[in-house]
Amino acid sequence: MNAKERMKISPVDMPEQDPKERVNNLNEVPLGYTPEMAMLEAKRCIQCKTPFCIEGCPVGIDIPGFIKLIEEADFNGAVRKMKERNLLPAVCGRVCPQEEQCQLFCTIGKVRKDPCKSVMIGKLERFIADWDREQGEFEQPPSLRSSGKRVAIIGAGPAGLTVAGDLIKFGHEVIVFEALHKAGGVLVYGIPEFRLPKKIVQYEVDYLEKIGVEFRYDHVIGKTIPVRQIIDDFDAVFIGTGAGLPRFMRVDGENLLGVLSANEYLTRANLMKAYDFPETDTPIVNGKKVITVGGGNVAMDCARTALRMGAERSLIVYRRAEEQMPARLEEIHHAKEEGVEFHLLQNPVSLVGDENGWIRGAEVIKMELGEPDSSGRRRPVPIEGSEFIEDTDALIVAIGNSPNPLVPNSFSDLEVTRWGGIVVNEVTGQTSVPSVFAGGDIVLGAATVILAMGHGRRAARAMNLYLSSGRWVDLDSALDLCRAEVH
Amino acid sequence: MYQLLHKEKLGPDIYLYKFLAPDIAVYRQPGQFVIVRINEDGERIPITIADVDTGEGSITLIIQAVGKTTLQMAQMKKGDSIPTLTGPLGEPTHIEKVGRVLCVGGGIGTAPLYPVARAMKDAGNHVTSILGARSSNLIILADIMRETSDDLIITTDDGSEGRKGLVTDAIQSLVDNGEKYDQCIAMGPPIMMKFVCILTEKLGIPTIVSLNPIMVDGTGMCGCCRVTVDDSVKFACIDGPEFDGHKVDFDELMARLATYRSEEKNALERYSSHAGCRLDSMSEGGSQ
Repeated sequence: MNAKERMKISPVDMPEQDPKERVNNLNEVPLGYTPEMAMLEAKRCIQCKTPFCIEGCPVGIDIPGFIKLIEEADFNGAVRKMKERNLLPAVCGRVCPQEEQCQLFCTIGKVRKDPCKSVMIGKLERFIADWDREQGEFEQPPSLRSSGKRVAIIGAGPAGLTVAGDLIKFGHEVIVFEALHKAGGVLVYGIPEFRLPKKIVQYEVDYLEKIGVEFRYDHVIGKTIPVRQIIDDFDAVFIGTGAGLPRFMRVDGENLLGVLSANEYLTRANLMKAYDFPETDTPIVNGKKVITVGGGNVAMDCARTALRMGAERSLIVYRRAEEQMPARLEEIHHAKEEGVEFHLLQNPVSLVGDENGWIRGAEVIKMELGEPDSSGRRRPVPIEGSEFIEDTDALIVAIGNSPNPLVPNSFSDLEVTRWGGIVVNEVTGQTSVPSVFAGGDIVLGAATVILAMGHGRRAARAMNLYLSSGRWVDLDSALDLCRAEVH
Repeated sequence: MYQLLHKEKLGPDIYLYKFLAPDIAVYRQPGQFVIVRINEDGERIPITIADVDTGEGSITLIIQAVGKTTLQMAQMKKGDSIPTLTGPLGEPTHIEKVGRVLCVGGGIGTAPLYPVARAMKDAGNHVTSILGARSSNLIILADIMRETSDDLIITTDDGSEGRKGLVTDAIQSLVDNGEKYDQCIAMGPPIMMKFVCILTEKLGIPTIVSLNPIMVDGTGMCGCCRVTVDDSVKFACIDGPEFDGHKVDFDELMARLATYRSEEKNALERYSSHAGCRLDSMSEGGSQ
């Protein structure tokens, strides 16, 4: 088949649960490709000589390579190719913003002048990961001679899991300390079941355990074990504690009953399984008319969760216009299909309570778009006198997270930015404290799963070099030298 | 898993638990708390640590059964284990020699108060303790608090032990008798802490309180435990749990504690009828 013929094939849609059905259950919305669908979609890749898609991937997956193997029905080979670069393909295939990464750079999308027509790299990634999991076979990676070095990883989220997976393969002893009672970080407390089934995360964690990573739950480093002891007991430390400090709007009435952060709402619903209350023990605020404030993926997750928790109406209130929403197009599309109402160019200015202190309404002001701000997006400007009361009995604040200060604060001499992010060498992830590295949202602020994994991947490489050379100063240039030797 | 080494009933629905948790036992300081989760589908609840035994590697928690989780704990037996015990969390109490310290414990609030009183005593302070409860059988740790304190006063609402009246009456009468205090530490039900703070503010005694809002993770992630202190929002789990009592908005704290009251009531009733066990207070005609 030549490139011209390949380009004629239309993107293969992934079947989805019917919107009317799915708001009544927690099952995953997209149902996955069959092998036939995946092989047809794989045919759309023209195997560019210079694969721009790889440049768009934060962990540098050999995208044309694994797609070619799918086309040839060599799914085992595709799995191996994928796992060379990405340990969590089942997760990334579901939650990566591919339209801003690999698929944005895809030649097919460019030729057809529509990134939505690019090769569905994310869907193929998910297919191959799911296929692998369904085989149920576990391939023990070749065991390396033990290096005798011990590494502590603080936080079992996407960054920490990536570092763990990489460093165990280099032969180091890896212990992951997790504050919560489950591993996965935002993958288990934040992203809902219908977008990322928890059994998939658990499968990946189980895999890491099988290849030798040790997990210690209920450990808050800096509290359960002092930081000094961790630094003394381990040859290197990676901090990947994430952006888990919820921002609030700082408006009157924000502490009313029925007002909660997206983190609280999602943690109760996901990690604590409040959807099964009272079978499980954690309750959740069940509003009839739920407002979610914000326009990102987390806001979409909250608004869609609210419908599944029984809300009659679920509203997104966002201060800018739809084009400026940071949420992925797919998430916005799914939310709309399910009946989430989008109230755009609106912003709550205060919250109003009843005599028992429960929220009964939000005073909302209308906005219009003004001049572009520092982010390049047109700044939303309040329209004076346009305030009105939107009745509600639950309001979720989903306007972002800051780096969680708990762990950084317990490291003396650890340099942090004004907004609380850990300062690192961008190439190596080294912090201001020798032997301590950091990556993911604790450095970036609230970003994405795949960027955190990219950070983890880079830090792991630098940590491995540090562990074998003992060299801390100029580690970045040493790393460059190593890379040059390999090529 | 964290094993239950010892359990003891201290009063109606009030139990003392010793769990094996060597790391927590070594590093905990007075004023800190743990998050407890008793089974796979269990909720995460914050409990302030009452005592530790570093030799045995255990921590002591004193918990009043008031809902499903705490009633389930009351059914536990020595040797049983729970999956989660996270801590020690929160900022420790600031301990220093200030002179004369007044420690006020209401009901089960005496449990977290005890290590603070002892640390204050060890730091060279003169410690006067006041323990208050509705009735004599709800006064806990009186003996150990008597040993720890220079003076101990017990008050009960019904006069069944010590002086009849509230802890605030006892504070007022001490001050009326010319006693002076440099610091007050109050731990107990929010309503008690509120009225102690109203009084001590009038009397000019700086007062520290330990707050007990609802929490989920206990590490600053969810913001469920936010409280208003000095007109700004704080997270009790990482900024507290202790705050300047004169600046705390207790009415907001009490309102927020009621967020899930109907769900909690339903869960308790469902569990009670299912498991065939009841709170003592239910059998007594539900006085609380």
